[in-house]
Amino acid sequence: MEETSVQPTHVHAPPQGFLWKHVFSLDHKVIGKQYYALALVAVFTGMFLSWLMRFHLVWPNTPIPGLQFLSKVGAPGGLITPEYYLSLLTMHGTLMVFFVLTNAPFAAFGNYFLPIQIGAEDMAFPRFNMMSFWTTFLAFLVLMLAFFIPDGPPISGWTAYAPLSAVGGDAGPGLAWGQNLWAISIAIFCAGSLLGALNFIATTIDLRAKGMTFMRMPICTWAWFITSCIALLAFAVLLPACILLILDRTAGTSFFIPSGLVVSDHLQPHSGGSPLLWQHLFWFFGHPEVYIAILPAAGIVSHILINSMRKPLLSAKVIIYSMMSIGFLSYMVWGHHMFLSGMNPASGLAFSFPTLTITIPATIITLIWIGSLYGANLRMDSASLFALGFISMFVTGGVSGFFLAQPSLDIYLHGTYFVVGHFHMVMGVAALFGVFAATYFWFGKMTGHMMNETLGKVHFWLTFIGTYCIFMPFHYLGLVGNIRRYSSFVNDFMGPLMPLHKFITIAALCTGAAQFIFLFNLVYSRFKGPKAPDNPWQGTTLEWTVPSPPPWNNFGDTHPIVYHDPYQYGVKGSKGDFIMQDSPEQATGGVAG
Amino acid sequence: MSDSQATAAAAHGHGAYMEESPYAIPSRKLTMWLFIISDAVTFGAVLMAYGYLRVASSDWPTPFKFTPSILNVMIMTFVLITSSLTMLGAVDSAKLGDKAKTSRFLWSTVLLGAIFAGLHIREWLGMIGEGVRLFQNPWGSSLFGATFFCITGLHLLHVFCGIIAIIVVARKFANGSLTAGHVETTGLYWHFVDLVWMFVVPLIYLTNIQH
Repeated sequence: MEETSVQPTHVHAPPQGFLWKHVFSLDHKVIGKQYYALALVAVFTGMFLSWLMRFHLVWPNTPIPGLQFLSKVGAPGGLITPEYYLSLLTMHGTLMVFFVLTNAPFAAFGNYFLPIQIGAEDMAFPRFNMMSFWTTFLAFLVLMLAFFIPDGPPISGWTAYAPLSAVGGDAGPGLAWGQNLWAISIAIFCAGSLLGALNFIATTIDLRAKGMTFMRMPICTWAWFITSCIALLAFAVLLPACILLILDRTAGTSFFIPSGLVVSDHLQPHSGGSPLLWQHLFWFFGHPEVYIAILPAAGIVSHILINSMRKPLLSAKVIIYSMMSIGFLSYMVWGHHMFLSGMNPASGLAFSFPTLTITIPATIITLIWIGSLYGANLRMDSASLFALGFISMFVTGGVSGFFLAQPSLDIYLHGTYFVVGHFHMVMGVAALFGVFAATYFWFGKMTGHMMNETLGKVHFWLTFIGTYCIFMPFHYLGLVGNIRRYSSFVNDFMGPLMPLHKFITIAALCTGAAQFIFLFNLVYSRFKGPKAPDNPWQGTTLEWTVPSPPPWNNFGDTHPIVYHDPYQYGVKGSKGDFIMQDSPEQATGGVAG
Repeated sequence: MSDSQATAAAAHGHGAYMEESPYAIPSRKLTMWLFIISDAVTFGAVLMAYGYLRVASSDWPTPFKFTPSILNVMIMTFVLITSSLTMLGAVDSAKLGDKAKTSRFLWSTVLLGAIFAGLHIREWLGMIGEGVRLFQNPWGSSLFGATFFCITGLHLLHVFCGIIAIIVVARKFANGSLTAGHVETTGLYWHFVDLVWMFVVPLIYLTNIQH
């Protein structure tokens, strides 16, 4: 109710003092950067965890010096126990999915650029916006706390499957307080994301500048808008699911725990619940979450590619409609994560059909990108390289999706590395490539300094090749039956696969190391990079009409008026081959879109 | 631009510089609608979970007798619907600028909401007295108590939040720091809480009547 006393469209006063300018700021640009910084911390932590896991997989008997200080129980003498491997797995997944793939492409860049791209001074509710970030930050702290309690983080995976996640300490290390912290953290995260989604939708609907009709919004604005609509419904289901899980764990309810369950020789005092119910609730959120990660990246990539090839896409409208249908269909496919769960096989078939249907809009989007790229004179800078890399990952990961969408194949592949390869390609790395592209593209606007292009290209090639070296062999491993979630295979019937595992581990260590080039570039360019002009890429959309970095109220005392579709490229304008959205001049050359 | 749109644009402060909102309502009200959609999904998830567990249980108890349970629920429902009517009255008189009348209607809504909450808590205490807990009950599946307290508890939490919100709005509307728009937005929330109850009553109470 407090918020309602603030006039929603009335921008806040200019911030005074360090604390209000950079920490508790109401400015959507500062909040966007805060989200970005949080995602950066989370992504490097998550990457470090994946290093530990990959290292342990192939050298299970080699101690990692210093690791015993992180967990005495989990890594005695620096040797990771199988249980602690699962703890690392859980934290890697949770950090990456929630705090990186949701925060970076959607919350960080959406916060920074959505209001500017629609010509608004700020979000509709700046205080809610600040609350969203600090709520998310609190969720991050609560999650990280799990590392520092005696029995460590939970071992139940980022999906926290019940009853493992629900029965408590009997079931294994980290399932007492570690799992509580996990559930509390995710519940808080849901609340923050819901607040953010409300704000994004209200801003997009209500705060568009004069002339900025819906169809004149840039594609990435559309992607953030559609993503917020997805998030509004998805997190609304995960929130009560987490609360029910917490009740199962602390109040003795049995929502997710069946009768007669014996764990560690101990009959659990629960009866009548259903572990499948958790999976239904979780994946009803979980599948839309995939699109929360990937749609903003797809929007950003479209936005960047149009700029780099200096011509409109074959059809921006079809991309937007395809994104909408992906968003709609994403609510009908959650069961495809549960083909192995003991669900009725008829339900499996029913979920398989919409899953295969969802590939149609995804394919349409990809074909529009590729068709538009055909014959284009593409400007090859870091941003467009990463955008092309995104398309590559999206296609590679998408094609393995066809296999997994069919229950008969998925039953064999689901418990294997094939699935790991699939979702890392299509959801993880693809979305990260979108984030990298966005960073190289917009860094100048966000900080006032340009990033180093040479380092950017080196970073791209190392990451691109490295990613394929890591994740393509996963598909092969999965096809030959290598089970996932095991901590080591050295003394196993899967021993003959170890050379390939070693190759993957070395590739992962190298690719991870290459990310420090990016980190260096980020920090170095922030202080020493050349001064960024207002419009370094000759872009047409509104973010290029404001100074780099923009003042606290974005457009100063003026109010932008929009005259054009967002992408007037390849025309004869007064400044070059483009006409900006706020320029009243009319195109004289042939124009599409 | 139609009249209603003009009013909405004017409510935005700098309507002349903005594209018209397609719904011609202030952001605050739009956001409340969005929140209601989101919250409806939350209730939907919990009610779905209830249905799922109920169908999966072979020993689901059906303990509610007409007196006191169903009669009590009918009275609670009547009280809650009446509070929606008084809320409507408050929104109408706030629009007409009648502060005294708005105040009377808002405080009656608070009173009716409090009666609802009181009756509800009394019912909870009665059931707890009969041995119903989150993890067990005398009659059958342990999930009966868990789902009953969780779903009615979630609704009751919404009622409490609503009562607090209406008290804040009543005071601030009276001293002029909040507008009729705020009363209307709060009203939207209150009607939603009322609507959810219309799903809770048949699903939680009427399907569990003793045969």
